[in-house]
Amino acid sequence: MKIRLDNVVKTFDTFRAVHGVSLDIESGELVALLGPSGSGKTTILRMVAGLEYSDGGTIYFGEKNATNIPVRDRGVGFVFQHYALFPHMTIGENIAFGMKVSKVRRSPDAIAKRVRDLLRLVKLEGLEDRFPAQISGGQRQRVALARALAVDPKVLLLDEPFGALDANVRRDLRRWLREIHAELGITTLFVTHDQEEALDLADRVVILNEGRIVQQGTPNEVCRAPNSAFVMRFLGDTNTLSTTVRAGKALLPAGEIDAPGCADGPADVYVRPNDLDWALDGAGIPASVRQVLDRPGNRRVIAATDQGDALEFDVAPETEVRAGDRGMVRIRRARVFPAG
Amino acid sequence: MKRNVLPGLPLSLGVTLFYVGLIVVLPLAALVFKAASLGPQDYWAIISSPRAVASYRVTALSALAATVFNLFFGLALAWVLTRYRFPGWRFVDALVDLPFALPTAVAGIALTALFANNGWFGSLLAPLGIKVAYTPIGIMIAMCFTSLPFIVRTVQPVLEDLDPALEEAAQSLGGSDWAIFRKVILPLLTPALLAGLSLSFARSLGEFGAIIFIAGNKPMETEITALLVFIRLEEYDYQAAAAIASVLLITAFAMLALTNLLQARALRYTIRN
Amino acid sequence: MQQAKSKKPPRVGDSPAVRRTLITVVLLFGALLVLAPLIVIGAQAFSEGVKVFAAAIAHPDTLHAILLTVVTALIAVPLNTAFGVAAAWSITKFDFPGRRFLLVVIEIPFSISPIVAGVAYLFVYGLQGLFGPLLGAYDIKILFALPGIILASMFVTAPFVARELIPLMQAQGRDLEEAATSLGASGWRTFFSVTLPNIRWAMLYGIILCNARVMGEFGAVSVVSGNIRGQTNTLPLHIELLYHDYQTTGAFAAASILTLIALVTIVAKVALERRGAGRRSRRPALVAPVSKIAEKTS
Repeated sequence: MKIRLDNVVKTFDTFRAVHGVSLDIESGELVALLGPSGSGKTTILRMVAGLEYSDGGTIYFGEKNATNIPVRDRGVGFVFQHYALFPHMTIGENIAFGMKVSKVRRSPDAIAKRVRDLLRLVKLEGLEDRFPAQISGGQRQRVALARALAVDPKVLLLDEPFGALDANVRRDLRRWLREIHAELGITTLFVTHDQEEALDLADRVVILNEGRIVQQGTPNEVCRAPNSAFVMRFLGDTNTLSTTVRAGKALLPAGEIDAPGCADGPADVYVRPNDLDWALDGAGIPASVRQVLDRPGNRRVIAATDQGDALEFDVAPETEVRAGDRGMVRIRRARVFPAG
Repeated sequence: MKRNVLPGLPLSLGVTLFYVGLIVVLPLAALVFKAASLGPQDYWAIISSPRAVASYRVTALSALAATVFNLFFGLALAWVLTRYRFPGWRFVDALVDLPFALPTAVAGIALTALFANNGWFGSLLAPLGIKVAYTPIGIMIAMCFTSLPFIVRTVQPVLEDLDPALEEAAQSLGGSDWAIFRKVILPLLTPALLAGLSLSFARSLGEFGAIIFIAGNKPMETEITALLVFIRLEEYDYQAAAAIASVLLITAFAMLALTNLLQARALRYTIRN
Repeated sequence: MQQAKSKKPPRVGDSPAVRRTLITVVLLFGALLVLAPLIVIGAQAFSEGVKVFAAAIAHPDTLHAILLTVVTALIAVPLNTAFGVAAAWSITKFDFPGRRFLLVVIEIPFSISPIVAGVAYLFVYGLQGLFGPLLGAYDIKILFALPGIILASMFVTAPFVARELIPLMQAQGRDLEEAATSLGASGWRTFFSVTLPNIRWAMLYGIILCNARVMGEFGAVSVVSGNIRGQTNTLPLHIELLYHDYQTTGAFAAASILTLIALVTIVAKVALERRGAGRRSRRPALVAPVSKIAEKTS
């Protein structure tokens, strides 16, 4: 099912949570809504579900205007952030709930079979008689998904699906969700504030800030061509150097950097730690090492330029470097955005 | 178990045990002792006398009727106070506590004044052939009044704390309002409802002040068990008073045990492995 | 004002028909069952004019009943408060065997008929009771006198302060007190400067409810007081006496005093609930089974 949001607006009391968002989600696509808290991503998800009504704009499911269809008739599967499993029902009963209350009559046998199939799909065979309080967080997450899938939703919506889980469980479940999506091919929209999660999982990432879409594209597009300082910073660690742009060039002590499309005036140069090289001499920005942090794969160096800008970058584990060392930092790749 | 680092256990526990022992346990033990000093035959003769049995029947049936009424009315009241906002809801919310705060004797004479044949309600009901005051209906109404807050006040906080996501989840799965209420909300309220029901029933069984004014107190017809105990005392028949009081006491304990059992059952899903 | 800026999807039971029906039914029954008795008390008390009302209140027997009721409350409520604090402190700050059982015993008076309580006291302090002969030998009067009234009042209200404090102190845990003691504060110091500020509203809440019950207790007190007019008649007993003497106006005048106390109690209760005391901040102790409360800290 293709979903289209056309200039959707949502206001809570006096606070505008979503400012005219337009978005197309293709049938079978796996899309992430990524943004910091308060960016309106959960509100958008809830409006797609019908758990909130928009104050303006239109939401289409396929060709049909779904804006005013109540949640119970919208045919979405919603996975809540804290799962919202019915605590007094067993896992099996939780999964069967939607089929039992549905207007479509199903025989008890058909329901039982479907529950078994879903338990197999989410790899929870044998747990159907447990209560939600008796299983782990990761297992609850999978029950919530099975329950949402049981009613054959046209769209699957997940609110911070892995937010409440440990890092390890999160990585496993991420891979597993990807597999399930590949198997079922159901249009899926999920909300996350974790950029790694969005980039790992989604076909397309929609980045939101303050109720507006800032950028959308494949993980490759948003990583390689961030269109703003916000996206650049939000997607990962960056170093910032203040500078001035003149005639499409940003001026730094180490030389000039291309700044296409950037107006003349004060600007910031953004560099990923991976795009900085460390050398004892040669060209580059003179800097002195303040601190060295050892990590499993590399060494993180925290240094300061002579202008006082802080720089962070990684060096190979065998590199000899310690606080107080002086050297040169070379920029391999950078992006320039107007200061603001 | 953790080692105690805080001071004050001997003093606070000492005070607690002394108080509980002197104020609660000693009198109840004395009552049991007195009742037990009757031989089994005498005891049985007293507690199974027709007048006593009639009092059990009218007390239990009225209490049951009042509790059933309060189950529906209390649940509706709790629901309305939690879910809806309307002009004056704060006033209604505060008024729910009136039966707790108002002394039972005051409630008794007020209800009698309302439901007596010449009272505001009694004079309306009399032409219809309905007599409330001095009948078991009057007993039931007095019980309804005094035990009303129990169900409201046990259900209300649970209803307030109910995670809205549970309802939303049920809606997103296609459940109708009625199905969601019956299969999701009501089961989650059940432990609180049970607690409220048992408190309400226990209170009705033991209620005295509010009832004796409106009941008429005719032996075999509108005489509640608590009053019968009182009458036996006034007749200086202390053994009979002890025996019948012990029936009330045992019933109260049985109710307490039953409630705990039912609640534990209703909450078994919260127990982790 | 009522017009919401943005429409919300309906929750369960939000359809106008359900909403209107439920509100109407609830308000109707509420008015008949709760509001009407309140109004009838006022109407009856003033049915023969303000003068008769004032005379009824000023009658020496009524004044004596008021005095006795106040004295009873002044003694029973503080004792009960001290007990409630001691019980809450021992149960929530320590682990000892039998804690659960103690919780159950403290709540017992809640489910027992006040008549049973009164009768039970008779068998302790009455002539034919456990201590009766002993008390008689030394000419100490407990029953049919003030001490009996106070004791019976203490029985029926024993759980009031404790049941407000226990769930609250349970939820607050022991960290603050442990920190204070580790910094060298004495037990009393810890209680007064760390524990008490956190529980004062809940304590006051319990005290107010306890006071209302003490002043209004009828069944238990009527057994142990002996109903001696002008001597051992508390206000509720006095109401009964007047009522059965067919002095209806006098009975309702006396009742209006207790009603006023009840209304003040409710107002104070609402005010304290706004400060976080009472049911708004936590579930009532009885909703969570006793076993759960005991489990939490072990």
